Amino acid sequence: LVHSKDSKKDSKTATRSPTKHHTGETIPLIRRDPSHCQRTGFSPAAASKCDWIGPPDRLSNLRPIIYHIPENETPLERTLRHLRQDTEDWSHEFWTNQNFTFSKEKEEHVRSQLSSKGLSERDDDGRKRTLSSEEMAVFYKHFLDKNMTRHASYNREWYGRNFTITLLMARVALHNTWRTLTGQTRGTGREKGKST
Amino acid sequence: MLAGLLGVSVQQRLIANASRSHMSVRSLIQLCRKNQTEWITFQHFCFLKRQYVKSSSGLCQRAGPKQEPVASVLDDPDDSVVSQVQQIPALKPEPGTAVPSCDQAEPEAARAARLEARQWKELKVEYSDLPGIYARLSKIKLTALVVTTAAAGFAMAPVPFDPVTFLMASVGTCLSSCTANSINQYFEVPFDSNMNRTKNRPLVRGQISPLHAVSFALACGIPGVTLLTLGVNPLTGFLGALNIFLYTCCYTPLKRLSIANTWVGAVVGAIPPVMGWTAATGSLDPGALLLGAFLFSWQFPHFNALSWNLREDYSRGGYRMMSVTHPSLCKRVALRHSVGLIGLSALGPVLDVTTWTFPLVSLPINLYISYLAFRFYHNGDRQNARKLFFCSLWHLPMLLLLALTCKKRHVPQDEAAVAPSTPSLAL
Repeated sequence: LVHSKDSKKDSKTATRSPTKHHTGETIPLIRRDPSHCQRTGFSPAAASKCDWIGPPDRLSNLRPIIYHIPENETPLERTLRHLRQDTEDWSHEFWTNQNFTFSKEKEEHVRSQLSSKGLSERDDDGRKRTLSSEEMAVFYKHFLDKNMTRHASYNREWYGRNFTITLLMARVALHNTWRTLTGQTRGTGREKGKST
Repeated sequence: MLAGLLGVSVQQRLIANASRSHMSVRSLIQLCRKNQTEWITFQHFCFLKRQYVKSSSGLCQRAGPKQEPVASVLDDPDDSVVSQVQQIPALKPEPGTAVPSCDQAEPEAARAARLEARQWKELKVEYSDLPGIYARLSKIKLTALVVTTAAAGFAMAPVPFDPVTFLMASVGTCLSSCTANSINQYFEVPFDSNMNRTKNRPLVRGQISPLHAVSFALACGIPGVTLLTLGVNPLTGFLGALNIFLYTCCYTPLKRLSIANTWVGAVVGAIPPVMGWTAATGSLDPGALLLGAFLFSWQFPHFNALSWNLREDYSRGGYRMMSVTHPSLCKRVALRHSVGLIGLSALGPVLDVTTWTFPLVSLPINLYISYLAFRFYHNGDRQNARKLFFCSLWHLPMLLLLALTCKKRHVPQDEAAVAPSTPSLAL
């Protein structure tokens, strides 16, 4: 997807709507993580120096983030970005799988319960039949028990990743603050201190 | 469903700036017209992918009808936003641009892409939003309840009331609670994203970064615990730090590992009134433990009833709660502890905390909650669970208020010999 590069932007409106600008605007995809764009189909404006966060994904309910890659990205920042991206993908995969499996098994449970009672899936009005909460509770318990080890290992790894990411963010923030304070600039100039 | 989802994710600011977004949409339409073929190729693919997912029911997120989340004091205020779905204002075609033809010619893919683009936000701190963000991060309503129970503990202590210590204890407890809640949300981002009750929390929405949340937690916790330790007494400081640890490092991870989390959580809830008492007296008296026991027991009808109607979300999110894994235990424990409250109220005069009127005046409300707990135990349905939960919300403040009014007035030693029949106020 190729667009031509555009000129200076009104920074205020850039925050409101990413592609509010001129026709023929470029979004140099090279600067964004390509695999991410494939998943989301959205590309922020070229001049935006922030990361962008999107609506909850339909499958995993997690919000995708498109990371801004600054010029002269330090190795530390690159490590952080890769870790965050990787964690996001890993989490997304886990939850997509989880939610899909849950829905599928729930449907199967409902179907099997209804058929054991001799009822059809839809009642006379054409509406789907639902089970009572007690009947569903059997399924919920079963689902939890079946997936206990998987959940536990996801949990452990999530805590480790979350902690590492936060530490890295702290290091990057301190590093950038130090560089700004000692008068070293990056090139395009990153904002001082924390960029959320 | 799509409109509903969009309504939820669109910020109110966007609605307020309808004209601005209207303009952006116009330029988007122009953009789409010019680069239509390019947009279709790429966006269309993503859109088709989404359509495929939507149409194959197996991949759908939710098979059954969505359940109304039970409103609770633990809810984030933003949950109310979910219910107020705002429709995106209808686009008016601008005269001059061939928008109508574009609308017809504009494929679903581009329109979907445009609507999706609106929902993307910059990951940037909006400083004007920060107070609200911090309030939600620290679960301000829950924190307020915690501070109230600590204040009740302070007020129930049989010592002269010291406003300075009271203020410092309250502020310290407030800060400690903010810390604990922030760290809890920091740990639980992907799980909160997947539960209806919690999906609008600040970290889930990316309003602040994880680092920011941790910094806020430290900025609250360190002064909070220090204030409690130095400004009140070391015992209270220790209890505050212990509570933060229990909540963040025991309760939060345990939620996904074992049903024991509910008991740990009940201890966490019991500690603030104990802290209030120790802030006043400086020692861990039986009276403090009695107040803690009230909170501990109350926690079970409260939480078990709440979790009863959230079983699907807990199961899908991987939370191990009694209501899901051991339903009969859940109901039994709720009943047991509701009845236990009656017994604990009777201990009030025994331990010299309250007068004998307390067990009598608190009997009606204790009997009522026990009755609801019994109904819940017997029927185990959503209605009774909800009733029990809502009853627990007013039962606790009422119980503490009654205890306060029935507080045992202690006669100072020197007056005891002179006029034992006219006890002076301890306050």
